[in-house]
Amino acid sequence: MTVSRFRTILYTVVAIVAVAGLADATFLSVQALTGETLSCGGSPDCFKVLGSAYAKVGGIPVALLGAFAYFCVFTFATFAAFGYARARTFLILTISAMFLATLWFLYVQAFLLHAYCRYCLLSAAMTFLLAGLLIATPPSQRGSGK
Amino acid sequence: MKRYLPFVIVCVVALATFGSGAMLYRVKHEQLQAIPQDKATSANNGSESMHIRGNPDAPVTLEEFGDFQCPPCGSFAAFSEQIMKEYDSRLRIVFRHFPLSAHENARAASLAAEAAGLQGHFWEMYDVLYREQAAWSKAPNARELFESYAGTIGLNVDQFKKDMDGDQAKARVDSDQARGQSLGINVTPTIYINGQPVDPKDKNPQGVRAAIDAALAGKPPA
Repeated sequence: MTVSRFRTILYTVVAIVAVAGLADATFLSVQALTGETLSCGGSPDCFKVLGSAYAKVGGIPVALLGAFAYFCVFTFATFAAFGYARARTFLILTISAMFLATLWFLYVQAFLLHAYCRYCLLSAAMTFLLAGLLIATPPSQRGSGK
Repeated sequence: MKRYLPFVIVCVVALATFGSGAMLYRVKHEQLQAIPQDKATSANNGSESMHIRGNPDAPVTLEEFGDFQCPPCGSFAAFSEQIMKEYDSRLRIVFRHFPLSAHENARAASLAAEAAGLQGHFWEMYDVLYREQAAWSKAPNARELFESYAGTIGLNVDQFKKDMDGDQAKARVDSDQARGQSLGINVTPTIYINGQPVDPKDKNPQGVRAAIDAALAGKPPA
């Protein structure tokens, strides 16, 4: 298998994982927007985390920001798979930001809220997987990008 | 063609995400019915079947469908104490049982509150149950704790034990739950102000105060 083909496969896997993350984050966004996180009856594990003060940034649900981030990752990975070399730079920046945000939210769940939302943990696992895949992907050769 | 393919793929995923998100939103958004006039809580009709806190003739009725084991209901109970003080004689609170099956001790807690109510101390038990929620929620001996609370608030504990197992308490909890189900309720707390449901996203101090103020001003809630 050529390096180029291996790279394309890895970017495709990144895009697929990003779609899974997007689905998870979309579900959590809907929960936040319908107010389900302020009630019992929906996802009992999540209301403590998603109903907390840490679940919003400037009034915007963090899950919605997460959905946007996963969509960006999907977009950049798709373009990278099609040989757009510059997409890799954006992919690295986005996944790095998501990685740092994930570390913060894991800290919040473990040490500040003492509660775990399984959908948030799933999202954290996918972010770590994305970071791992990105590290495993060999960079494009200079000058070959679009 | 290949040049446009990534744009097409990204657009398709964006549309699919937006579409599925919108559909999920519609499904999950509670479709609550307003309380019909003939079922509205009035101090003059069926007061024997409801628990009222505050002025029975208050112009605004806040009706809560709650579950004693539900933490947001506990937070709401603390908030309801504040608003009772703020609105004084202009507000009355009606509590309805809606124990969720996911909460193992919720129904027993409702029966305990009803058993206390049969001795005229419903609200005292209500306060204790929410205050001590963390202690009994996951306790294997929750019933023993309820009996100790009954003793603490000065009830006849033997009578309380009998009433907890009695048909009267069960019938009352079942009646509230049936009322909630008929209104399309599936989460707690669900709040009505003068028969109009409060939107789930407004179930916060600001949203509830705004709904009460609107009811006092004679406007329909936002």
